[in-house]
Amino acid sequence: MGAGHAHKLYRRASSPVHALPPHTKLAATFAFVVVVVSTPREAMWAFGMYAVLLGVVAGLARVPFGFLLKRLLIEVPFVAFAVLLPFVAEGERVEVAGISLSVSGLWGAWNVLAKGTLGVAASVLLAATTELRELLLGLQRLKLPPLLVQIASFMIRYGDVITDEMRRMRIARESRGFEARGLRHWGVLAKSAGALFIRSYERGERVHLAMVSRGYAGVMPVIDEVTASRAQWSYALALPCAALIVCLLGWML
Amino acid sequence: MDAVTEASLEVSGLAFAYPDGHQALFGVDFRIERGERVALLGPNGAGKTTLVLHLNGILDGGTGSVRVAGLPVDRAHMAEIRRKVGIVFQDPDDQLFMPTVREDVAFGPAAAGLKGAELQARVERALERVGMAEFQDRPPHHLSFGQRRRVAVATVLAMEPEILVLDEPSSNLDPASRRELADILRSLDVTVLMVTHDLPYALELCPRSLVLSEGVIAADGKTAELLANDELMRTHRLELPFGFDPSR
Repeated sequence: MGAGHAHKLYRRASSPVHALPPHTKLAATFAFVVVVVSTPREAMWAFGMYAVLLGVVAGLARVPFGFLLKRLLIEVPFVAFAVLLPFVAEGERVEVAGISLSVSGLWGAWNVLAKGTLGVAASVLLAATTELRELLLGLQRLKLPPLLVQIASFMIRYGDVITDEMRRMRIARESRGFEARGLRHWGVLAKSAGALFIRSYERGERVHLAMVSRGYAGVMPVIDEVTASRAQWSYALALPCAALIVCLLGWML
Repeated sequence: MDAVTEASLEVSGLAFAYPDGHQALFGVDFRIERGERVALLGPNGAGKTTLVLHLNGILDGGTGSVRVAGLPVDRAHMAEIRRKVGIVFQDPDDQLFMPTVREDVAFGPAAAGLKGAELQARVERALERVGMAEFQDRPPHHLSFGQRRRVAVATVLAMEPEILVLDEPSSNLDPASRRELADILRSLDVTVLMVTHDLPYALELCPRSLVLSEGVIAADGKTAELLANDELMRTHRLELPFGFDPSR
């Protein structure tokens, strides 16, 4: 599917992972994340196993390691606070290289970092092997409320249109000698944002009119039906099942 | 009733005022036979858009009646009317709201219950008629404006309408895209009502024109004759481009 430009998170390739129906991949990713989150943080080896499992998936999907690492950087701002935990948490402390750190803080930081990274890595793999459009079909198939799926799909369709409108407004402002410098100019920017909102709202009305004119009556018609065979489901669910075994071992050992 | 002699579109005594009291239409009457291509001309604010929105029942509540292929435009027939009247709106970005061209063209027929291979065949046929078949899987925002306008026409053709209503089809098109669209419109075997300010385009494509002015049909006749009538043109704020002579 899809000629020309695809989303930059997506990596075009033909692999068994790419070929899986989107809803099976969504379900597998979600289940995997749930299993990872419910693993006890003390079972450090278990997280290593999870990373290996994801490595196998990445290998099957022909997603290069460097690509995966680069995409993982998105996580950095979110885990920044985890780094602070060992310094600020209460309780028993240990000396590491002359710095006093909290033991529970260290465990907390590890917990956030390990689970966060694995979750993000799983999502990056999902996005790299599934096109945006397919993800929406998958969500629709998994019976996510249709209104949410519609909103997401309109966001994708009109994101560029609205960005372009914003760009034209900026050019129009700058052509008349305006440059945003400091607080004094925020008023102008706020007015632009307001104008953009009204324009988008009016476009929404016109789009709705066009939809109604073509027989829309509140429900999006099903155009592409995604189906998965039992084999495809079991293939996709192999990841969370393997992870579940690791998790159970983590609790028992 | 004999379906063959039924007019594609019959509007009689149509009057409409917006809720704010502004009256846009004051009794509009006309009839378009099957297979005709008719231009609807008129200055800004003449009520052209208001009239178009009555043709598929988006606006109603005024007096008078609209019939499409003999079917009255009313609540009971709304689904069928919207299949029969294909409106191509002016801005293709409003018309093309689905993530890919194929899904957009499929939207109308799918809403009418078509599925699977039949749906795909309908989509392909519609895209072939506008020469856009190889762009099926493109997102609409990666097409040129002229291509988007052609896809917009296909989205409506896919519904196999009784009448195609085009709102300013030539606006924002470069001369080449404008000519390509004209070729496509000429090749279609459907009734066309074309709302436009582009008088040479009307002359090129539509043997007959209606002039809508101040909410009534002020003239109805051969396009070439209407455009040559200076008096009529002046009265209704219609102007030909510089150097254009409709008699040649």
